[in-house]
Amino acid sequence: MTRVVETGAAAKAAAPVSHQPRRLRRWRRERIVGLLFLLPALVYVLAFYVYPIAFNFLMSLEKYTLKTFVTGEAPFIGLDNFKRLVNNPEFWPAVTNTVWFTVGSLFFQFTLGLLIALFYQHKFPLNSILRALILVPWLAPVLVSGAIWVRLFDQDTGVINFAIHSLGYQGQISWLTDPHLSLISVLIANIWIGIPFNMVILYGGLQAIPRVLYEAASIDGASAWQGFRYITWPLLRPVSTVVLLLGLVYTLKVFDVIMSITRGGPANTSQTLNTWAYSLGFTNGFDFGLGAAAGDILLVVVFAFGMLYLRYAYRENRETAS
Amino acid sequence: MSGSTPIPARSRHTKSLRPRLKTVGWTAAGILITGFMLFPLYWIVNLSFMNQMEILQTPPPFIPPNPTLDAYRNALSTAGGYIQSSFIYALGTVVVTMLVATPAAYALATFRARIGSLLLFSLILAQMAPGFVIANSLYSAFSSLGLLNSYQAVILADSTIAVPFAIIIMRAFMIGIPGELSEAAKVDGAGQLRIFRSIYVPLSRTALITASLFSFLFGWGDFLFALILNNNPDHVPITVGIYRFIGFSSVQWPSIMATAVIAVIPAAFLVAIAQRYVAAGITAGALKE
Repeated sequence: MTRVVETGAAAKAAAPVSHQPRRLRRWRRERIVGLLFLLPALVYVLAFYVYPIAFNFLMSLEKYTLKTFVTGEAPFIGLDNFKRLVNNPEFWPAVTNTVWFTVGSLFFQFTLGLLIALFYQHKFPLNSILRALILVPWLAPVLVSGAIWVRLFDQDTGVINFAIHSLGYQGQISWLTDPHLSLISVLIANIWIGIPFNMVILYGGLQAIPRVLYEAASIDGASAWQGFRYITWPLLRPVSTVVLLLGLVYTLKVFDVIMSITRGGPANTSQTLNTWAYSLGFTNGFDFGLGAAAGDILLVVVFAFGMLYLRYAYRENRETAS
Repeated sequence: MSGSTPIPARSRHTKSLRPRLKTVGWTAAGILITGFMLFPLYWIVNLSFMNQMEILQTPPPFIPPNPTLDAYRNALSTAGGYIQSSFIYALGTVVVTMLVATPAAYALATFRARIGSLLLFSLILAQMAPGFVIANSLYSAFSSLGLLNSYQAVILADSTIAVPFAIIIMRAFMIGIPGELSEAAKVDGAGQLRIFRSIYVPLSRTALITASLFSFLFGWGDFLFALILNNNPDHVPITVGIYRFIGFSSVQWPSIMATAVIAVIPAAFLVAIAQRYVAAGITAGALKE
């Protein structure tokens, strides 16, 4: 092996001197071969991302209903779907639900994930096993996690009400059927699902902070809180930003949790833009154009934050590279 | 991944009890935290060994009073087809994803073409697109192609969750393979395909395994695409199966809980056997660009 590597290095060193045209030809051929390697992915991207996104946009400008599947006709109606959407009494509640659901999820997932990650910075027996086990809820099918919470939230036989009961509260809380609580219930389940993701990435970020800094700080008499405030928090910021931006993007399009626990109900009180879009297209009225319009609005918001993430991650990488 | 920075082994010098008590305290707290996070999972395992009457007590017992496998027997007879379909979707997703992603990752890692970074950016952005938007248009596309309700339709759609992730982590890994290796192979007359097959694929085994494992989980856990793109009762995966079960008024909770346990097993299994791949995968997917 070493021998081969050496000849390779020698060839590389010798190359600039001679064979310019041949190298150029080879370089061209390599480019073409390289494109061939990319070809399956390019085709896939065009067929399964670009086309669907473009077609969905087209659908949102058309009167695209069940009838379309029979007759093949989808009359162009301009921005009509968007107008109907915004004037729909369910629109603004869905938007506010999405905002609260996202903000609540991000805040609690991040805070709790960070606390657990900080906890696991300590060295103790079983640390890595216990830390790995926390990941299971995150890797389990989200719909299944939702189904579990349906049981936990059950008004009569659920453990959560039992726990609250033993704390002294006498009433029965209808987590899933009370219109004031349904969104909070799906939020709690979603926080549980998202903690491991935040924990793992923040744990990695914390590990990357040099221990020496803390040692120096403690020699200077800094408290644990000051260590967190002036070392951990600022140095963790790049990782925190990435986690929050990614979390934002993924939370905006949460679907499975809500569908399995409340299906957006009761009376749309836990409907977010994503589940509402689905219900417009596939359960109520089969107005695919209207559903597409709601999906488009979500898409634009998601892409805006996605670009922000890309810009941030790209800049970070360039900075660390130089 | 297992390692945290070694802390000076003070306890070895001073063999006093206090530091040891302290670590025991930390471990106990760790068990409490992880236990709290895993409680919902414990709870379904617990319920899955009961009968309907026991489950509907207030509250249900914290340990099955008369452990029974009836729920699992029921689950296998009513949900056996769901489990099979889920396997087909998951394995199909692995195959499609790896076929598309492995050569692309190689190309992106070794050729610095402008179209490469464009592809990478669009992949990261594309995987952020809400699944509903993709499914909504694929529904009509597959409908006109006559592919609706087929395994292939759902597998192709499921792969949209996995392909970007797989490309990103495999590319990140392949960039680390020294270029001298392929230079040397070129001198010995190897073509690109040969270099890809005999150097890059075997050397990136770790990344390939990670990508395959995650693709499997994505296909296994998908709900949205199967819900929208499939109406064939014979092709219903376990996620949609559970969703339909919950909707019934006379819910048979023991078999739902047993089905749920079965659905979680691949994830638990993965954490058990491939812990370091999992943590590496999550971190690489999120942080490496």
